[in-house]
Amino acid sequence: MFGLFGRRRSKDKLKERLKLVLSYDRAKLSPGNVEELKRELLTVIKKYFPAEEDTDFDVKVEQQGDRMVLVANLPVKAG
Amino acid sequence: MNAKAIVVTSGKGGVGKTTTTANVGAALARLGEKVCVIDTDVGLRNLDVVMGLEGRVVYDLIDVFEGRCKLRQAIIRDKRVDNLHLLAASQTRDKSALSDTRMKETVRALLEDEDFDRVLIDSPAGIESGFQTAASAADGALVVVNPEVSSVRDADRIIGLLEAQEIGEVRLIINRLRPAMVKRGDMLEVNDVLEILGVKLIGIVPEDEQILISTNIGSPASLDDNSKLGAGTAFRDIARRLAGEDVAYPSFEPQGGFLSGLRRLFGGT
Repeated sequence: MFGLFGRRRSKDKLKERLKLVLSYDRAKLSPGNVEELKRELLTVIKKYFPAEEDTDFDVKVEQQGDRMVLVANLPVKAG
Repeated sequence: MNAKAIVVTSGKGGVGKTTTTANVGAALARLGEKVCVIDTDVGLRNLDVVMGLEGRVVYDLIDVFEGRCKLRQAIIRDKRVDNLHLLAASQTRDKSALSDTRMKETVRALLEDEDFDRVLIDSPAGIESGFQTAASAADGALVVVNPEVSSVRDADRIIGLLEAQEIGEVRLIINRLRPAMVKRGDMLEVNDVLEILGVKLIGIVPEDEQILISTNIGSPASLDDNSKLGAGTAFRDIARRLAGEDVAYPSFEPQGGFLSGLRRLFGGT
């Protein structure tokens, strides 16, 4: 639902931010470290798939049930 | 809750720990339980003033710990409410005077020797030694959270620490909820907070100016039987749930998603 000025409900944004920050808090990771890991992963991936765009890569920490998992979404183009 | 020694905590300061301790303690005493509320915020004591008992403090918790008085001498009986008692924190010392061992001994003595049914331990803010000592003697916890970013984050941290201390029963109180903001989508709903924190709910307390008024005069709002759907009633409901009663959560909003969200949460239709 969009209210005044067509903005998003601020609580949806907060929920998203909280889920992310708590994932890092619980895993005792600093978000900056994960950014670093993402950059390094990217360097390696590019070595094998030279054409990939940086923006398609998504690396994050997520809660799955009781466990924290590192999720890397690295699409590679076919052909 | 089966827990007899319950720590009231939050991580973040200013979310309503002391107000919760005073109001739930008073309401529990009204229900007939013999209750002792303990202030462990050494150096920054406030439970005494919130309860209107500041004029009667002679000995405090640290005097008990250091043997300057007997436990019984430091227990202040609230003359307005049968069964309600306070053990004040020291105002002149600091948290280094606290001791896990003494805290455990004191709580044990209250429950076993002095026949208290329930001990509510008001924890200081933070995650340091003061909180650790308050939690060390507890077998249950009430985590007070406000539906806003810093409080939820700090509550998550506290819940992790309570679990690490193997405190069995951890229950959440969502305090200072503003139904109009929830309705606009500008405040987390009860379901959002429960989903994020993953602990069981025991109370939803709406923002209510009666709380400030009742602390101004030093008489817990939960003792005011005239309050309809305000914070006083919400705190009374928490006490009833603590005592084992099944109390439905009222809607704080005339119509819409909040109530249906709660119904969904508790498996209704």
